[in-house]
Amino acid sequence: MNGKRKMTGTLLTGIAALLAAVQAHAGETLRLATTTSTYETGLLDRVLPPFEKKHNVKIHVISVGTGKAVKIAENGDVDVILVHARAAEDKFVADGCGVNRRDVMYNDFLLLGPAGDPAGIDGLKKAAEALGRIMDKRAPFVSRGDESGTHIKEKSLWAKADRKPSGGWYIEAGQGMSATLRMADEKNAYVLADRATFIFQRDKLRLKPMVEGDPDLFNPYGIIAVSPYRHPHVKYEPAMALVAWMTSPACQELIAAYRKEGGQLYFPNAANPVE
Amino acid sequence: MEYITEGCTGALRIIFRADREFVAIVSVSLLVATISTSLAAVSGIPFGALLAHKRFAGRDAVITVLNTLMSLPTVVVGLMVYSFLSRRGPLGSLGLLYTRSAMVIGQWILAFPIVAGLSVAAVKGLDPRIHETAVSLGADAAQGFRTFLREARFGILAALVAGFGRVFAEVGVSMMLGGNIRGYTRNITTAIALETSKGEFALGIALGLVLLAVALGVNVVFGLLRRRSA
Repeated sequence: MNGKRKMTGTLLTGIAALLAAVQAHAGETLRLATTTSTYETGLLDRVLPPFEKKHNVKIHVISVGTGKAVKIAENGDVDVILVHARAAEDKFVADGCGVNRRDVMYNDFLLLGPAGDPAGIDGLKKAAEALGRIMDKRAPFVSRGDESGTHIKEKSLWAKADRKPSGGWYIEAGQGMSATLRMADEKNAYVLADRATFIFQRDKLRLKPMVEGDPDLFNPYGIIAVSPYRHPHVKYEPAMALVAWMTSPACQELIAAYRKEGGQLYFPNAANPVE
Repeated sequence: MEYITEGCTGALRIIFRADREFVAIVSVSLLVATISTSLAAVSGIPFGALLAHKRFAGRDAVITVLNTLMSLPTVVVGLMVYSFLSRRGPLGSLGLLYTRSAMVIGQWILAFPIVAGLSVAAVKGLDPRIHETAVSLGADAAQGFRTFLREARFGILAALVAGFGRVFAEVGVSMMLGGNIRGYTRNITTAIALETSKGEFALGIALGLVLLAVALGVNVVFGLLRRRSA
């Protein structure tokens, strides 16, 4: 009996020690939910470390689509979000879940397609018109299908074209931007992508840019701290410090300087918001 | 074909240079899977042994449920635990979502039915006279119980190996509850999923090799232990 008790004691001590090890984490942490694009393009690896160093805080980045990022912020599971779907952002603030939305940067979306261009959209000026042609030809199109900022933009373009896409040609991936681009590439399909992820993935893709420059394809990013009135446990002050950093001249310069193979991925606009 | 060879050479480079990110990812997998399997051992082995040993109404039903839970989809466990741990959920105030502890809880739930269910099988397979003999030699209930465990140790060890194998290789729970946070909750399987989606194969292949090596290592050690005492 004694032996058994000793064994149980040893086991429990061991588990307690293991649990302590698993949670051990020096310094404060801040949770940022963001889109797959800002994370996968490596931008955050460039702009977050100076902030982490200065404030001695570790940022835990949770990379999901904009829709999900907003959702988990509404639930109070993160402290701050960096997303790109203006209407959803404004609703998030209006509902009292977020405070002080600030512009951070922008780039644009573009429609990519396979070299053969079966729907004949190459060079069109209007994205909505191009989508209409893709649907008329029932040419394969891969949608994010995940309520991400890109998916929300895509849905607004279909609405503008007055179409309801469905059928075998319309493929809903339910994955991040890079994975969706790769799927479209494998299936010789059309796809809507943000320019940063496209530039970042370009050397691995056969897809070609076909429609760009349409004002409808503008893609602004905003940062919003989760409201401490709604969720008292959130780390509001470090979250606001991160908002201040992302919109500061120093960070905005880092964003402007972030390039890949000559292409600038994001254009800072904290000081001169483009409406 | 070229990108596969490039991926493989890149993978070897990552492994032999013990790339920092690579080491961090592997450590998270090992740490979380070890703790969750330990918890499953502490809870599952006594539960399974009792279940095999005691007769009571509904016992067969409990065993059937346990066997069904062995093939519980990881994303279902992920979803259930997520809804409990989110700030909106009943355990939200603990603030556990997107932490390693959340991963441990999810993996524990995955490993428990395997460890318990296979322990039932291991103890059931023993000759019931072992216990009778022990009792007739003056053993009390607890000692008799321990005799059982000692005799069933290889079956129980196999249960632990199976439980560890499941949690070490699962991706659903880790992704949903851990959030794939770099340097904190990113483990081998979530990292492979991310790297593949980015079209980066080198780190993915390196991590896949580690998964294979650990699976092989665990089974070799298990085989050696078994042979030595046979």
